[in-house]
Amino acid sequence: MAAISVRAVSHSFGLPGKQNRIAALKNVSFDVAPGEFVTILGPSGCGKSTLLNMVGGLLSPSEGAVQVDGTPVLQPLPERIAYVFQESTLFPWYTVEENFAILLRCRDVPRSEWRTRTLAALTSVGMQDFAGHYPKQLSVGMRQRINLARGIASDTDILLMDEPFAALDEQSRMVLGEDLSALLGRTGKTILFVTHSLAEAVFLSDRILVLSARPGRVKATVAVNEPHPRPPDFMLTSDFSELRNQCYALLRDEIRLAMAEAVA
Amino acid sequence: MTETSRLWPCAIQGLIAAGGLLLWFVVTQSGEVSPLFLPAPDAVVNAWVALVRSDEFWPAVGVTLTTIAAAYILAAVAGLLTGWLITRSPLLTRAFEPLVSGIFAIPITLFFPLFILLFGIGQESKLAYGAVYGFFPVALNTIAGFAHVDRRLVDAARCMGLSRFGLFRHVLLPAASPVIFTGLRVGFFICFASVLGGEAIASAAGIGHNIALSAELFEPARMYAWIVCVVAAALVLTALVSTIERRFRDS
Repeated sequence: MAAISVRAVSHSFGLPGKQNRIAALKNVSFDVAPGEFVTILGPSGCGKSTLLNMVGGLLSPSEGAVQVDGTPVLQPLPERIAYVFQESTLFPWYTVEENFAILLRCRDVPRSEWRTRTLAALTSVGMQDFAGHYPKQLSVGMRQRINLARGIASDTDILLMDEPFAALDEQSRMVLGEDLSALLGRTGKTILFVTHSLAEAVFLSDRILVLSARPGRVKATVAVNEPHPRPPDFMLTSDFSELRNQCYALLRDEIRLAMAEAVA
Repeated sequence: MTETSRLWPCAIQGLIAAGGLLLWFVVTQSGEVSPLFLPAPDAVVNAWVALVRSDEFWPAVGVTLTTIAAAYILAAVAGLLTGWLITRSPLLTRAFEPLVSGIFAIPITLFFPLFILLFGIGQESKLAYGAVYGFFPVALNTIAGFAHVDRRLVDAARCMGLSRFGLFRHVLLPAASPVIFTGLRVGFFICFASVLGGEAIASAAGIGHNIALSAELFEPARMYAWIVCVVAAALVLTALVSTIERRFRDS
């Protein structure tokens, strides 16, 4: 059985019949197998985040259905799905450690394990020295690393990630991408990842779904047959550039369409 | 801030206070200003000592402080509750936020005679007037605080599986509390000013009443002595409010 199953999902924003009604997604269907890393790649405004919000149970589709392990998703499922947002969603009024404590309490982890679990998660992203800091005392990149660690610490089978590296500079992105690839190779989580970075998509994914310009539909699927964890050298191979170019060729017209619509 | 730089603001405040006192002394000594409008500082000090020793001082202070406290408790509780209930629904928030801020923009002072008609010349009218006036900033800021919590943080909390109470305790309340505190502080000083003002306009007791009475009886030194008491009370209460606020914010 598929870990995530999206069936004929369409979604529109705004009231039916109104001028400002926008069709965000049109008839999107795909499955994600357990342990698979699937990336949704598409031009800006094509409904990538909308799709992820539906899988996360934050939004109900206008049409179609989303299932997780065979159960329809009607609300967030904290036991099964963790969500890492585009910008850090650490609570600014709590220290890093207290932020983890809130999550671990929700996950019914015994209090005696909170500290070790927190430090283990922070160590996995190289942030173990910042448990006592408040988010605002950290840089954007550091916050996002911790945000990522918190998502992984949820210990759910499914992880949704909405452009988690978008706010980072290129160097941090690459390093974090490598870390993520190594981390996920160990944990065997099912991941649905949203990005508009071609390199990120090819480096991390088992499969890439290329979405069209708005209203988004699955234009093509690109498979990346390279075992995890992937060494940084993977980016230097001809396979990598070929896949990257293939994705770009698929995206190019869609990006132009999206830009033309933005102007009009 | 370092220790030295913290001393500078205090030094400037002290200088301004000393300068004001000096100006007061010089102006009254020059004889250019009638002592009927501005008595000399020493006359006010003497009047103040006499006032504090008199039998009417503490009862008047007690009446005013009790009225302010009662009015503020009513305003705060009603404002917090109303604000919380309204923000439970986006529809109600959109309907009531402009309404509450619109009413707050009306000078409620204009309705003071109505309060006298409804509640009489006693302290009840001042209590009601202060409570109504103080209600609006509290309600308004409670609405603003709870209605504009960062949507992403709420989503993140839901995805983590926080309970309804957990969401309130760990997300909504900490997010809204700085704005709500501002409302509570503004509401408090509006209650303070409204009760004293109401007493000065129409009352039979309290500090405000005594200030107005002293003016009418041409006892300016006594009037200023009462005003000194009000200023002192305002300073003490400001310090108290900021201490409470800091305590709460740190915890």
